[in-house]
Amino acid sequence: MIELPALGWQSIVIFVVFALSLLIATYCTYAERVIAAFLQDRVGPDRAGPYGLLQPLADAVKMFTKEEFFPGGANKALFIFGPCLAMITALMSSAVIPFGNNVSFGNNSFFLQGIEVNIGMLWVFGVVSLGVYGVMIGGWASNNKFSLLGAVRAASQNISYELAMGMSLIAVLMMSGTLSLREITLQQSVAGEWQFWNIVKQPLGFIIFCVCAFAETNRTPFDLPECETELVGGYHTEYSSMKLGLYLFAEYINIFVASAVMSVLYFGGFNFPFQYELRDWLVSSQGWELASAQNLITVLGTVGLFAKIFGFIFFFMWVRWTLPRFRYDQLMRLGWTILIPLAVLNILITGGLILFGVIK
Amino acid sequence: MSPLFLFLAFVALLSALGVVFAKNPVHSVLFLILTFFALSGHYLLLNAQFLAAVNIIVYAGAIMVLFLFVIMFLNLNVDTEPHKPALAKIAAAIAGGSLLVILVAALKDVQPTGAATDASFDSQIGMVDRLGLVLYQQYLLPFELASVLFLVAMVGAVMLGKREAGERNF
Repeated sequence: MIELPALGWQSIVIFVVFALSLLIATYCTYAERVIAAFLQDRVGPDRAGPYGLLQPLADAVKMFTKEEFFPGGANKALFIFGPCLAMITALMSSAVIPFGNNVSFGNNSFFLQGIEVNIGMLWVFGVVSLGVYGVMIGGWASNNKFSLLGAVRAASQNISYELAMGMSLIAVLMMSGTLSLREITLQQSVAGEWQFWNIVKQPLGFIIFCVCAFAETNRTPFDLPECETELVGGYHTEYSSMKLGLYLFAEYINIFVASAVMSVLYFGGFNFPFQYELRDWLVSSQGWELASAQNLITVLGTVGLFAKIFGFIFFFMWVRWTLPRFRYDQLMRLGWTILIPLAVLNILITGGLILFGVIK
Repeated sequence: MSPLFLFLAFVALLSALGVVFAKNPVHSVLFLILTFFALSGHYLLLNAQFLAAVNIIVYAGAIMVLFLFVIMFLNLNVDTEPHKPALAKIAAAIAGGSLLVILVAALKDVQPTGAATDASFDSQIGMVDRLGLVLYQQYLLPFELASVLFLVAMVGAVMLGKREAGERNF
């Protein structure tokens, strides 16, 4: 008899995170246009609904009703499988991200996190490294040389930047001593002592990680796989209707997840300054119960985490509409000859600082 | 044997057969990735979380991407498929068959140890910190030697990729 896991709070959290990922990705398409318009001094979308807020809905209707097109000689099964895989891998990685501390109702305590495993960071890293398959398979199955070139570029770019990304993560791991994202978050703020966010201890590591995150999500200035000036549309040249939509959607979900990971690893996750002082003040002078004060802190922390995530999403878009695209050889040179040696240097510096007790 | 184990074993065997029998090399690679996932599931059942994650990252995430990368460049159609002579096929069958015999002979007397109900079973054995302690204390020398091997490979790659004096790509 197979025991089905009980439909407990974890499944609710996972469902909420799933819905939120889709909602955020939907409104990222809107935000991208608004930010592009703002940076280019244009009006931007303002026709559909107040301030153009229904624009994503209009886009979805357009995407679903467009003609589905299969290029001649394409591998049909893999052609459909590609965008599905891109979407699946994009949605999987948010499962381990701690979106908040625990909330308690009576005697029950819940973590605002899908699954708490002690390999959380490896899970994110593994799923990110699988993300390239959607692009590769879709690009290959299209039977188009531009698509194939885009797919091949995506593969080599992801492999190259994964190395530097992994090594910048190692420096964080050396300080935290754990792979659990929840533990890493909690270590960045300890009650009653001065504890800084990891960005203060790992400025170089954060910059490396951030650059690699841009490359892994295929965002400008590293969007060589879909470089439209050279490759028509890159890996999704042959895609139309909602299959194209899924690729674009997966990119926005990846941005959301990358922003969440950066917030958790380097910007304190759901911690915010003076949270313990606020809790103690509520308990001692306002007469709150400890549990309800903790719940309030948790909710505020979740709001704070999302504020950080939205800040990073804005940063992703800001960079896209500011910087031009790299040339392909520049991209490879940056990855292999600058970022990887810098990441190794960062590991050495971190090791030295830990050895001499400057940081722990 | 739990149903989950049976399911994973079924997936692993089926996708491994798919690797061998698929006509299209890209399908073979995808089946191989599925096999790695099934094996990672087995590692999770054995409480080896770190091994499961690293298996996915290294094999499915990096090595198979490079495999796919190379296969995409080769134009492997049915008409370009090389046909080996019958002698080579017979030799391959004999070699593979004898490997199977050796594996079965080696594994037939294996006693299962450390079942989950066993009192001596340590549920933390596959965790990252345990593995690190074993690697850096008990097996320090082999571990460091393996890392030197990687360093050699890395230096070789750098030497191959290094720009010759006066060479310009752009």
